[in-house]
Amino acid sequence: MAWPSAAHGQPPVMPVDLTRVNSPYAGNQYNQRLIVTGGTRPGPPVSFHSILRKGARSVFLRIEEALDGPFGGGDNPLRHLGALGLYLLWIIVGSGLYLYTVLDTGIDAVYQSIGDLSGEQWYLGGILRSLHRYASDAFMLVMTLHLIREWCYGRYHGFRLYSWMTGVPLLWLAYISGIGGYWIVWDQLAQVSATATAELLDWLPIFSEPSARNFLTPDSISDRFFTMLVFIHIGVPLLLILGLWAHVHRISHVDYLPGKRVMLATLLALLILSLLQPALSNPPANLAMLPGALDFDWFILFIHPLTDLTSPAIVWLLLLALTALLFALPLLPHPAAEPVAVVDPANCTGCDRCLADCPYAAIAMQPHPLRPGFKLAVVDGDLCAGCGICAGSCPSSTPFRRRDKLVTGIDMPQQPIHALREELEQAVARLSGPQRVVVFACARGADASGLAAADTAVMPLLCTGMLPPSFVEYALRGGADGVLLNTCRPGGCDFRLGDRWTRERLAGEREPHLRQTVPAARLQLCAAAAGDEPMLSAALNDLRARLANEALASDRLPPYLRRVSNHA
Amino acid sequence: MPKPTAIIGQVILYGAFAAFIGYFATSPKYRQIADDVALIKLSISHLGERECRKRTPEELAKMPPNMRAPMDCPRERSDIRLEMDLDGQPVLRTVMHPTGLYKDGVSTIYRRFEVKAGSHQIAVRMNDNLIKPGFNFVKEEEINLRPGQVMVIDFNPDKGGLFFQ
Repeated sequence: MAWPSAAHGQPPVMPVDLTRVNSPYAGNQYNQRLIVTGGTRPGPPVSFHSILRKGARSVFLRIEEALDGPFGGGDNPLRHLGALGLYLLWIIVGSGLYLYTVLDTGIDAVYQSIGDLSGEQWYLGGILRSLHRYASDAFMLVMTLHLIREWCYGRYHGFRLYSWMTGVPLLWLAYISGIGGYWIVWDQLAQVSATATAELLDWLPIFSEPSARNFLTPDSISDRFFTMLVFIHIGVPLLLILGLWAHVHRISHVDYLPGKRVMLATLLALLILSLLQPALSNPPANLAMLPGALDFDWFILFIHPLTDLTSPAIVWLLLLALTALLFALPLLPHPAAEPVAVVDPANCTGCDRCLADCPYAAIAMQPHPLRPGFKLAVVDGDLCAGCGICAGSCPSSTPFRRRDKLVTGIDMPQQPIHALREELEQAVARLSGPQRVVVFACARGADASGLAAADTAVMPLLCTGMLPPSFVEYALRGGADGVLLNTCRPGGCDFRLGDRWTRERLAGEREPHLRQTVPAARLQLCAAAAGDEPMLSAALNDLRARLANEALASDRLPPYLRRVSNHA
Repeated sequence: MPKPTAIIGQVILYGAFAAFIGYFATSPKYRQIADDVALIKLSISHLGERECRKRTPEELAKMPPNMRAPMDCPRERSDIRLEMDLDGQPVLRTVMHPTGLYKDGVSTIYRRFEVKAGSHQIAVRMNDNLIKPGFNFVKEEEINLRPGQVMVIDFNPDKGGLFFQ
């Protein structure tokens, strides 16, 4: 039976019985769902939101892929916006600590002490001050892009719900941190921002007296105001950091920092900017006079022109509606959740590899109920992404096992390892021609169905991370001359780590690894995302050319036919 | 090691990133009000009068000796009526209500009036006890405002009531 593709119309459905395993738990663990092979799960109804999101996704993806050219996937800033944001936050915190040590919170001294940094100590304090400001602006920009990216990639529901919901309040905390920093300088820009913010806040019925009365006259401001400001400007970022911890709490192998080259280049860019255009104070605040035209930070202070252009009511309506919309986004129609991984206690050895590889910390280890001293993997269905990376990591997933029914320790109901082996065996048996190639391709990457031919078998996968490396050897020893494995672009995996784990397993850097006896020339690794079909096709041609040259080479592995083999 | 073209591309893109940050961190300039405009801020926070009543001797006699306060003052405060005229034209007619669940808090107002710089006739009238007719606080003055000047109209009983600053 050929492995069908979604491109060939409605995917076929076949019932699979996975309950015949030697375990009293198996009947409960393996649900009797139907397997939709190689197809896409039913999507949500078409709506304005889905059209808008897909349009934005298309634009974002094109820009992201264009940046892969100069940066490469690993160093592409757009693919690591969260880590880049965190890095910028550390720059802000580091430079802010120095600024705090030299800040004098007296009403007159505050302006003077900050001004001296840029004047008398431009080479250290001045640069750090500029770095603090520009990193804050960059943080706002990166945070906004991160939000847009996650939205347009549909990463706000299901197993990502927690990260999404914990991310929304961070927008407010980041903004409060940013705007408060401008007030501490107490120059004319601070005067405009503080007064306008107080007037905006007064629209809300939360104060018994208008807070704008605190900025009526020069006499209204006291030293305590700046002490309070510093307290807020340190306290809110601390809350932000705490919120960030919660934001990434439910994912594993978090990229807390981007790559070294990205960090160095970003810091260098901001340092050069700080030298060329140092952040300086405007004239000191004077509440008896309105400032004229001011250099304006549009990343953080945009809300004031917006209020002047409209009204406080409209601005609050916009802000609250946007926040409510972000919180409500997961309630909008979205694709059905993927079936989650299921564990078979009889075949789970408690080795921890699935725990180590799961990108979303959906797996925990518990004492095995039947084998004292052993552990058993347990899947949290709410956190499971249904990527199958755990199945790819399980040592019991090796196709070389002799038993007819290959039941592994942890498996995906929608594409079990047993079905994958059956499909592979049948597909390889059908291949003909001088160079028979098996293509394992991520279903979310480039569409590989067009490569299917008499000498090419295409095997779509939930994620390449679900493919145990031993399947490559199994295909070669089963009769294939070469294997092409297509992952998403580096850093572009929908499940975060599928491409990385695949590369590391094939390179022998991660368990389960591909045995070194497998000839490297017979394996081609490609990273072609959706839309990169020509790249995938070129990779296949490269492999074929190599196989043609090495057709007579003596590197062919000894054949292995499971059904006549005497060993498991 | 990245190719030279990739390095050049990265330099250009990181440069563009820094330029984008640098430009919008300071530009374009923003001016809150026009050059020839001044600002009048009317901001008052004041407790309205309580409508007290003198207790009769009979009422006082019925009360415990330690609680015989001569005046019976309810907790609620009066609304405050406020009017403002600018160059003879009415620009504000409002009644400020006391805050608090029991209407025993201050009545407040905060309004901004952008006016052309120059000479203006300003009149402000306030009544903080509405059972009495008319206005018990009135301030009328001709003022000269410079461009960008902020003039505050406030109320402080210790300063004689309404005042301009």
